[in-house]
Amino acid sequence: MATTSLRTIGRSVCRVSRRGFSTSCDDKLVQPSSKSTNLYSAINQALHIALETDPRAYVFGEDVGFGGVFRCTTGLADRFGKSRVFNTPLCEQGIIGFGIGLAAMGNRAVAEIQFADYIYPAFDQIVNEAAKFRYRSGNQFNCGGLTIRAPYGAVGHGGHYHSQSPEAFFCHVPGIKVVIPRSPQQAKGLLLSCIRDPNPVVFFEPKWLYRLAVEEVPEYDYMLPLSEAEVIREGSDITLVGWGAQLSVMEQACLDAEKEGISCELIDLKTLIPWDKETIESSVRKTGRLLISHEAPVTGGFGAEISASIVERCFLRLEAPVARVCGLDTPFPLVFEPFYMPTKNKILDAIKSTINY
Amino acid sequence: MVLDLPGGKVVLTPEMRFISESPEERAQCYRVLDNDGQLIMCSNFKKVGEEIAVKMYTDMVTLQTMDAVFYEAQRQGRISFYATTIGEEAINIASAAALTTDDLVFPQYREPGVLLWRGFTLQEFANQCFGNKADYGKGRQMPIHYGSNKLNYFTVSATIATQLPHAVGAAYSLKMDRRNACVITYFGDGGSSEGDFHAALNFAAVMEVPAIFFCRNNGWAISTPTSDQFRSDGVVVRGRGYGVRSIRVDGNDALAIYSAVHAAREMAISEHRPILIEAITYRVGHHSTSDDSTKYRPVDEIEWWRSARDPVARFRKWIESNGWWCSEAESELRNNVREQLLHAIQVAEKIEKPPLAELFMDVYDVPPSNLCEQEKLLGETVRRNPQYYPPDVSL
Repeated sequence: MATTSLRTIGRSVCRVSRRGFSTSCDDKLVQPSSKSTNLYSAINQALHIALETDPRAYVFGEDVGFGGVFRCTTGLADRFGKSRVFNTPLCEQGIIGFGIGLAAMGNRAVAEIQFADYIYPAFDQIVNEAAKFRYRSGNQFNCGGLTIRAPYGAVGHGGHYHSQSPEAFFCHVPGIKVVIPRSPQQAKGLLLSCIRDPNPVVFFEPKWLYRLAVEEVPEYDYMLPLSEAEVIREGSDITLVGWGAQLSVMEQACLDAEKEGISCELIDLKTLIPWDKETIESSVRKTGRLLISHEAPVTGGFGAEISASIVERCFLRLEAPVARVCGLDTPFPLVFEPFYMPTKNKILDAIKSTINY
Repeated sequence: MVLDLPGGKVVLTPEMRFISESPEERAQCYRVLDNDGQLIMCSNFKKVGEEIAVKMYTDMVTLQTMDAVFYEAQRQGRISFYATTIGEEAINIASAAALTTDDLVFPQYREPGVLLWRGFTLQEFANQCFGNKADYGKGRQMPIHYGSNKLNYFTVSATIATQLPHAVGAAYSLKMDRRNACVITYFGDGGSSEGDFHAALNFAAVMEVPAIFFCRNNGWAISTPTSDQFRSDGVVVRGRGYGVRSIRVDGNDALAIYSAVHAAREMAISEHRPILIEAITYRVGHHSTSDDSTKYRPVDEIEWWRSARDPVARFRKWIESNGWWCSEAESELRNNVREQLLHAIQVAEKIEKPPLAELFMDVYDVPPSNLCEQEKLLGETVRRNPQYYPPDVSL
């Protein structure tokens, strides 16, 4: 997995990222208080800051008290006390329902679902309650302080119930936001934005990267904007769009494609709903080609929404059909994981056939 | 011999004894007034003075009259839907009377009396039913989906029992903020079967929150009688399953309800604990205007509960026996309220609907670009073909 190259992705010290193109990161610039940090530590930092800066912020979920099964909540209970950082009973609908009630009282409720695979018992509370809380009350009430965090995605051996990418289900729900970070530095800033955003947010964390992804992460409090996609690699022949852990796979494919003379532009969507159509459209107008890649099964995956929207906007500009390199339409398999996954070679094949259409 | 286990000490026994599926005796039902509205001897209850008692009674009558008038309005096609609270007036009003307006209410949908007690006006009820511009909900939901942040009454949602875990989170917030207040959340016998009931009671006990769980066991979940709903001794016994203190009360006895809720509130706040109250009653009305309950239950059963067990008449007898009420006051009240209701409906009917922009607001705190785009396109569509769209929604 590409860890060192992740360091050059993104602009570390940006309070507000500019729309459109990112400059290649000037990593000779000395970041005064940045440290080499992995994903779970970056998330942990964000949670520490969230609780520090708002006395009415709470973190709760299964096993968060001792630090969590992925160590994202390490040290929080010791520092902020068990009444602000606490374990809940094993009941996802209860965790989220409780979080909605807490948020409805103006608190910041950061609820953890242990694996995204287990979020479904809470689906009713998320779709029918959280997403509609403000709208149905005529804005008399809201649960904007709710943030739901869940580890998602392939981990090499997770099988059906430790590998899922359920983002598409949530992208179909007006009233919530769905955010997926690609790296530690991104995760910290995005998570703080999610926690402070006045809308309920589902934040999927790529578990594959919890330990593996390491980069310079500023130690201070910073936020990255939601609903703004980022061009993390400039190119002119084809636009690639992805999110989360998939971006580093796509980046490898871009590097290989470059060796064959194909110039790829790579975009991190970051917020899936509401999503930044303008940045994607602007890129496709430049390149004339689009490839979307996600781990979730291809049918009904979020790539379909991006594809349909871009075809609507850029039909005459497109040189080739929009390509989707995604998971297969099967439950997430164990021994067959390497065949199921949208790997670098599949992406490279799709880049080439799109270019050669 | 005692074994020390995670979770505490447990006494060992060589006897293999199963705990019976049902108790030897059903849980007793607390009541203060007999069927004729007279105080039962040696009844232990929280005294209610004349002012509160008369307000309780007049609100029960108002609720009863509002139900009759709005039900008729639906039958006449003036509002699209309605659900009455007939038979449960005591539950609505007496439970509200035992609380303060600082206590948060998470209703199901058969508790408009709680809003009424707190000061929601007949006009405000009518506005929501007509979904007009003055509806606080901005015309987005069906009739009877009331809400009032001013009165601490969370907006009704039709989904069953989803409010129960919300109530727990809100109660936790009250505890953390050291507020002298509790939450009360209402649900029916049907709602007690939902997973959210189990989730909420368990969380409430573990988090030690000041929450009153008020079950209106009215015998029916639409057409499903309680015998098809659960095999436990009602809902009250479930409290023990979660470590929650509980009580069963006569749901048609306003004084019993008042006392129980008053006591529950004190325990909830001072001891940081949830309390479960099961009020046994009968849903005299149909489930809603979309239901005809004579299809699944005998008409004479309904009529018996409507008259012989009317909680309003029963309470009336008690206040009359105290010299606080008389038949002149009765007819004056009923006439006044009926007039006010008819007027409120006439006014509500004439107020225009909210403007089309309200379709797109409040999905998020600020409309995102996709909604701005859709709003623009919709505006163009409507302007091109206004004949396909209701004229009482302005662009």
